[in-house]
Amino acid sequence: MITKKTVDHLGWLARIKLTEEEKEKFPDQLNSILDYFEKLDEVEADVSPTHHVLGLTNVFRDDVAGQSISQEDALGNAPRKERGYFKGPRII
Amino acid sequence: MKEVIIGLEVHVQLNKLRSKLFCSCSTQYHDSEPDTHTCPVCLGLPGALPVTNGKAVDNAIKVALALNCNIEEWTMFYRKNYYYPDLVKGFQISQYDYPIATNGSISLDMEGGERIIRIKRVHMEEDPGKLVHVGTIDKSRYSLIDYNRSGMALLEVVTEPDLRTPKEARLFLNKLKNILEYLDVFDSSLEGSLRVDANISLAGGARAEIKNISSYKGVEKALLFEIVRQNNLVRRGVKVVQETRHFDEVRGITISLRTKEGEEDYRYFPEPDLVPITIADRVDDIKKTLPELPDAKRQRFVLQYGISDNHAKVLISELGLANFFETVATEVDANLSATWVADILKGELNYRDLDISAFSPNHMVQILQVLKKDTITENGAVQVIRTILDEGGTPSEIVKIKSKDLLKMDVDASENITLRVIEENPGAFQDFCKGKNEAMHFLMGQVMKETHGTVNRSTVIELLNKSKKEKLQNAPDNHREA
Ligand SMILES: [Zn+2]
Repeated sequence: MITKKTVDHLGWLARIKLTEEEKEKFPDQLNSILDYFEKLDEVEADVSPTHHVLGLTNVFRDDVAGQSISQEDALGNAPRKERGYFKGPRII
Repeated sequence: MKEVIIGLEVHVQLNKLRSKLFCSCSTQYHDSEPDTHTCPVCLGLPGALPVTNGKAVDNAIKVALALNCNIEEWTMFYRKNYYYPDLVKGFQISQYDYPIATNGSISLDMEGGERIIRIKRVHMEEDPGKLVHVGTIDKSRYSLIDYNRSGMALLEVVTEPDLRTPKEARLFLNKLKNILEYLDVFDSSLEGSLRVDANISLAGGARAEIKNISSYKGVEKALLFEIVRQNNLVRRGVKVVQETRHFDEVRGITISLRTKEGEEDYRYFPEPDLVPITIADRVDDIKKTLPELPDAKRQRFVLQYGISDNHAKVLISELGLANFFETVATEVDANLSATWVADILKGELNYRDLDISAFSPNHMVQILQVLKKDTITENGAVQVIRTILDEGGTPSEIVKIKSKDLLKMDVDASENITLRVIEENPGAFQDFCKGKNEAMHFLMGQVMKETHGTVNRSTVIELLNKSKKEKLQNAPDNHREA
């Protein structure tokens, strides 16, 4: 059961700011989606889980060092930077 | 005092690899400017696809085998979702319910005997970037991030809560480091090569998880602090709460982090960009490449060279030291080699904070050969070692230049000094003649002091005994001890 409290926590986990109005509205919507998943309960229980859809295993590359991109390119999309570093929020 | 229960999650970088775990960026970033060893994959740019480094998987299997683990049939990667500035994609590629290996163990050699520390699991994951705090962690206004480290192959080794003291935790880490270096998958000297999360509780109480301790000494210090903190709470009747704490290395204290994330908040799900890996079929080939590990080498040293277990224990504590000893022991007497490498050379190196690579095994062989021929004294040999470490040069050069100090004094000179010491200390000599051991040590000490240790002990003992015999012959009524 998804409550207003769950929605509030999910919003925090996803770093999304939700309005009071949205926090009231979303629990019902999310619950109806989850209800739909209950259809899965009708499936026989002995079906083994699908871990991957491709059916491939063991795709590797050799341990060889290649070219990296420049510091300038790396920082190209950064909204804030300082002395070659990305600048981020304070932690805690 | 309540029993202390400690479990560790140790993150080690597989930093002997040439490239990162999922991209071909070089791992040699340690002396570089920030953000110069990145690419779309390890920066988490949209559309970039990870491809697993096959050798990283092989190295992980090697470690798991050396830790006596069960290697699983197959393994796969998951996304562990959380937001933190050092994590480029908003998730970390890690492992979850199909780790590479489970149920291993490490044996610790404690004073009270052997202790087996169980390993719960070993899994692979990518390293986040490095945060550079501006000021202390609880006061900084913003953070700077260097993503050179992002995507480095990490191995997480998780123990069962089997450790009981901070010292045991330190010994466990030393043993783990030792094994990883023998396997040639890990260089502990590189910054950031090891980080530890430590769970600690007092029996019956809630546990604190101390996150991201970045040094071997830090682990012991953080645990010691936590024991005091938790004991103080219990004494004051305050309940210890389960929480995540940060270790402030500079101040030597742990601070509550008040995180809101619990295990279920990571919303693990299979990484769709990476396919499963079958590992059981690789194990046999990898087993054949496993080198002799520390415990086996220690046993072999005792059996093959007839040296003491204590010497063997010191010698195997670093692979370089063990190899050094074997090179020397094939040229000169093994027991003499063990004493000089494990006790004397190791001590001189530690004092100077140097590694065994600072000394040539050939030089050690030459020094022990002249020592055996009795051309220099033990003290002289130590002087030669010190001179090589402090000023450079070869043993033969140093012996030549400092021959006056190092070459054994001739017997005449030794005799003169010994006789003078006997004359100046009649009481002690009397006691020596009565067979008192302390008196012998005292006289020997005086002679060594006078000669700055340049005479051979056995020569002095001979001289003392000769004088004793003479004295007893001159005074036949004196009590004779056999
Ligand atoms: Zn990269």
